Amino acid sequence: MTNSSEGVFAGVDVGASRTKVAILDREANLIGHCVRKSGTDFSGTSELCLDAALLMAGVSREAIRYCISTGYGRKNVAFSSETKTEIGCHAKGCYHYFPMAMTIIDIGGQDNKVIKIDDQGRRINFKMNRKCAAGTGAFLEEMSARLDIPLEDMDALARQSTEMVELGSYCTVFSGTEVLEKIRQGKKVPDIVKGLFYSVIKRVLEMDSLTDRVAMTGGVVAHNPYLVDMVKEITSREVLVPEHPQLTGAVGAALFAMEAANR
Amino acid sequence: MTEEKKVTRKKIEATRVCKKIMADHFYEMDEAVKTGSRKIAWCTSVGPAELLRGMGFLVYFPENHGAMLGATRMATDLIPYANALGYSPDICSYLTCDIGSYLQKKTPLTMAYNIESVPRPDVLVFNTNQCRDVQDWFAWYSRELNVPLVGVHTHRDIGDIEPIQIKDIAAQIEELVPALEAVSGEKFDMDRFKEAVGYSRRTSELWRACLETAAAIPSPWTFFDATIHMGPAVVARGTREGMEYYELLLPELKQRVKDGVAAVEGERHRLYWEGMPIWGKLRPLSEQFSSLKACVVASTYCNSWIFDQLDPARPFESMAEAYTELFIVRDEPFKEKYISECFEKFRFDGIVFHDAKTCPNNSNNRYGMPERLSKKLGIPVLTINGDLCDLRCYSEEQTKTNIEAFIEQLEE
Repeated sequence: MTNSSEGVFAGVDVGASRTKVAILDREANLIGHCVRKSGTDFSGTSELCLDAALLMAGVSREAIRYCISTGYGRKNVAFSSETKTEIGCHAKGCYHYFPMAMTIIDIGGQDNKVIKIDDQGRRINFKMNRKCAAGTGAFLEEMSARLDIPLEDMDALARQSTEMVELGSYCTVFSGTEVLEKIRQGKKVPDIVKGLFYSVIKRVLEMDSLTDRVAMTGGVVAHNPYLVDMVKEITSREVLVPEHPQLTGAVGAALFAMEAANR
Repeated sequence: MTEEKKVTRKKIEATRVCKKIMADHFYEMDEAVKTGSRKIAWCTSVGPAELLRGMGFLVYFPENHGAMLGATRMATDLIPYANALGYSPDICSYLTCDIGSYLQKKTPLTMAYNIESVPRPDVLVFNTNQCRDVQDWFAWYSRELNVPLVGVHTHRDIGDIEPIQIKDIAAQIEELVPALEAVSGEKFDMDRFKEAVGYSRRTSELWRACLETAAAIPSPWTFFDATIHMGPAVVARGTREGMEYYELLLPELKQRVKDGVAAVEGERHRLYWEGMPIWGKLRPLSEQFSSLKACVVASTYCNSWIFDQLDPARPFESMAEAYTELFIVRDEPFKEKYISECFEKFRFDGIVFHDAKTCPNNSNNRYGMPERLSKKLGIPVLTINGDLCDLRCYSEEQTKTNIEAFIEQLEE
């Protein structure tokens, strides 16, 4: 049951690839949300995204009691009152769904993050990928272009693999040429795609050790749930995934907005 | 739209004198080159500067020039010229930007002091205590300019220092004398040498005292201030002017402590900086930390110019001690203990490790030290990727986000 009569709380996550908006009612129910390509106009996109999320929630802009923005373009959101980092917001959002000590793996368009939180939801440690995009959504986008297959088909293709082709390079560009080499050798596309997924996971797992429970968030996981299955298999751990993994940062921002409004 | 708050900071009065000392340092050498009045030695940052001063040389520090190239953001454009000569982008960017500067005949000294070029050396003197790169750096100039190259080869990765190591380094420093006499044309004067060692010793004591004022809560100054005010301790080491500068700066800092003047208004978090400065980003980083109410109160880098082992009564031996006992040549357990002791003194809430791409010797995050220290001291650590001079190795947005998230973590 939702309750928006006493105002709502908005979280806007302007990522390098996608902009996400989450609208929460005062009981922290997700009553509206939207995901759009961030494009080149972060400010304009966040406005459009907010309007769509509010429409879904059935409330007007006036109903927003507080708004917090996060993500790469967090400073470009004209209507937000405050910013928080995406690290904080993913931790906050994830703890909301799974209130326990855990390691959060967030795979985004440009960044990977491994965030550790304690049983109170406080951050103990976090690590972001080094500068390059190896192991991020941008890596998969680049590879889908190389293979000339739609991004949205990759998950299903990876599941068809019978003999994974492992890739060795640390570098996205060199991985591209490595993929072409595998095609030349006659390797099957599903096997190459599974190798690409495995490459993403390797890049993440080398960032930090996994402790406590593991949760995965981010757009890459949202669109490629096979990655979650692979992490489970590789690490022999149960992996938690929130209901809308791509929205976790935006939900976290909206939860911070709720706290800020009640300060 | 949320915007970072601009922070206005109270200026350190001594800055004017600091700038004059730095300017005079370069004007004096420029004049000497033009008139041939004094011989010039190029010296690595922790090379035997006292001996060179004692033998009448004017001393020029290419690493200081590297830092200037970095701070003025000229370095990134100049480094590729050295890369093209075979000096990899993965080696010391002080080296590559300085050689690039020479090749392109461009120096920040022109803009700052209207000096056309760096002073031509009469001799090149290195000490490998910083890294092997300094030797290769000077070797390039030795070949290019046909100038004699001499140096000290320091023991590295040292735990407990043995007398034999000190004896060896002292002997190596002493063995430089005949070669330097041949260049200077003057006989070695022990009294003048001891005088230089005495000035260095006093400078070190005062510099340490300046740095330790940051133990006060709130801290009267930051790591970013100290990187500027260490200039005289670097370039005027072994001179009266260098010593006198800190006699001026120290009382000002002490007065700030007495008056409760905070370098970062409303100081909420105290941090330790491990590793090299990111010279081209000093201002934005300083402003970001300030806007987040975080004061970087101490660093390994600025502490590296404390040589209070120096003793005019035992000049060679004490120089050997000072230049062997310093942080950079020690083993991991020593380094861990050193930072732990700093933690006791400066009471910081977290450590920022700078992993400098081209300076592995000064990047102490690479063998698990952040994780060990975090566990041992019970404080969070952050590693940021960057470089001392090569801004191609630095991602502004990722660094900003990492720092902001780190401060958020401290606030939870």
